[in-house]
Amino acid sequence: MTAAIFYILSAAALLATLMAITRKNPVHAVIYLVHAFFALALIFFILGAPLVAAWEVIIYAGAIMVLFLFIIMMLELTPGEAARGPGWQRWAPVILLSGSIVVCTLLLMTAEPQAGPGGPNFYASPRDFGYGLFKEYALAVEIVSFQLLFAAVGAFYVGRGERTRRRARGDER
Amino acid sequence: MPEWLVTTILILVKLGFVFFLLLTGAAYMVLAERKLLGRMQLRYGPNRVGPFGLLQPLADAVKLVTKEDFIPSQADKFLFFIAPGIAAVTALLTFAVVPFGPPIRLFGREVPLVICDLNIGVLYFLGLSSLAVYGVTLGGWASNSKYALLGSIRALSQLISYELSMGLAIVPVVLMARSFSLTNIVNAQAGLPFAILNPPAFLIFLVSVLAESKRIPFDLPEAENEIVAGFHTEYSGMRFGLFFVGEYINVIILSSMVTVLFLGGWHGPLLPGIVWFFLKVGFISFLFIWTRGTLPRLRYDQLMHFGWKILVPLALVNVIVTGAILLLLNPAKG
Amino acid sequence: MNLYQDIKATAQAYWITLRNMFRKPVTIQYPEQKRVPFERYRARIVLTRDPDGGERCVACYLCSAACPVDCISMQAAEAEDGRRYATWFRINFTRCIFCGMCTEACPTRAIQMTADYEICRRDPLTLVYEKEDLLIDGPGKEPDYNFYRHAGIGVVNPRGQGEEERPPADVRSLLP
Repeated sequence: MTAAIFYILSAAALLATLMAITRKNPVHAVIYLVHAFFALALIFFILGAPLVAAWEVIIYAGAIMVLFLFIIMMLELTPGEAARGPGWQRWAPVILLSGSIVVCTLLLMTAEPQAGPGGPNFYASPRDFGYGLFKEYALAVEIVSFQLLFAAVGAFYVGRGERTRRRARGDER
Repeated sequence: MPEWLVTTILILVKLGFVFFLLLTGAAYMVLAERKLLGRMQLRYGPNRVGPFGLLQPLADAVKLVTKEDFIPSQADKFLFFIAPGIAAVTALLTFAVVPFGPPIRLFGREVPLVICDLNIGVLYFLGLSSLAVYGVTLGGWASNSKYALLGSIRALSQLISYELSMGLAIVPVVLMARSFSLTNIVNAQAGLPFAILNPPAFLIFLVSVLAESKRIPFDLPEAENEIVAGFHTEYSGMRFGLFFVGEYINVIILSSMVTVLFLGGWHGPLLPGIVWFFLKVGFISFLFIWTRGTLPRLRYDQLMHFGWKILVPLALVNVIVTGAILLLLNPAKG
Repeated sequence: MNLYQDIKATAQAYWITLRNMFRKPVTIQYPEQKRVPFERYRARIVLTRDPDGGERCVACYLCSAACPVDCISMQAAEAEDGRRYATWFRINFTRCIFCGMCTEACPTRAIQMTADYEICRRDPLTLVYEKEDLLIDGPGKEPDYNFYRHAGIGVVNPRGQGEEERPPADVRSLLP
């Protein structure tokens, strides 16, 4: 049972990602990618990590993809009229994907994933997860967060533009 | 009767109760808002339909349903159709984890007054509130109108910014209650509500929630006198109605989250728990309306400045201070 | 301190709205509760009669010319006694802006404004008033005024018999 759901979800995630990288319209691509994240979140849930599943939805589907959308909208990346307003049949994959994800969610809600064969042999409660993250692998986590900080500072530096940088150095004419 | 049948029936009854309560609550919230705003501006508010205007929500619904359903010719039809649904459904789903009363005894068994007591209820709430952004965004984008697009861009950046401070304001609550489950959080407040134990978190959460609900003073996504109606400019009829109802359901949900996380949920003297819960939710909803009647709209740069430079750092400091105090009070065991 | 001022100002704003909520609304509940208009309120236009019962209007077209929205139209005619009147007189109240220019222009005080402000219909065509709808049985705001006692000499009144009029001078006997 759980194994079947796992394979359905994996297929859904793969299909969604495939659709995402082949769309011309970036907003449609984002929608497919969000479906992929949903499928991934459910897979994490099956694997016994509800906290990671929740973060997959909150951070990836809820924040990062929204930021993608924000950039797409700000830059008006949508191609011309032809790509606008596709008919219902072009959205069939989305309906299929969201339908299968919803069905899997319902199945997972009724059947305990820990039970049946193929289920995970451990279950990471938020507490375990926290201990793992900040005790066992604290050094790795800190290094990764520093990496992110470097990236943020670098992006800030690049984003300031040549002119302001020159002014900051003091060699503005 | 077999055990599973009783469980299913109980869940369905609870679902129906919550659904009915939320929808009528949202409808009458609209009426209450119009009445209260009227009184604040020395008007009566709607009082024509039925006694004291009590049938006004019905009249509004009839009007919305019979209106012409307009779809812009250049719109992305599928997304245009589905966006209001996302907005309303994400709002409705959130209530599944809200405990609205102490467990009661029915047919000789303990029935918790919550549809689904998830052990990660707080995260469920955060997840759905971040998904609610999609309804607004995709609706605005699919309309293919500049006002709708501007509105949804504003909604996007505003919701993301304030979700951050909202999430950070919940962290101290989770630290103090030592649980992600909303029922446990309510039980942890049996003595003193967290609003008194940690007022900075309460205030930050209140302001962020106000911004999450996209209402005055944070109603930039639909700022009427700048961008027509923002993300729902092109919507009409019942699709607009869904956005509208979704907004008010959202207000009720966010009020109940404030109640559950900071005001001690159903805990209170004398009155039964469920009454206390609805009284508190009503008070916070009134606070929303009161704020709408009082404050002017923020400018966009003020909004971003307030969110990122004041609320988020304050919330971060609050997390660290709360954690430090908790660590001092009961040192870690292992 | 600035923050203190801000908090105080916000609290004050909340207090004011809360206080207003418990004050009596100023709304006049219209269909049940009607407001008494002022005496010189400018609303629905009427055509008045002189104290003797005759129509005051002499169809001079001055009101029609003065009307900024061109809502007054009429057709002039002359009675057998030489007195002018309007065969038809029409005011389109869907266009009227109740500015009162017509009453100012009227030389015979025929066209006047009343305080009847309840002019709204479901069918706009019923707001086009004909002469029969406009004429009232009274002198309106000028109860004693009759244009033909002061003017219209030689038409309806014989020469030299009007009020404030001396008998016509004999040109020949006036010679020195």
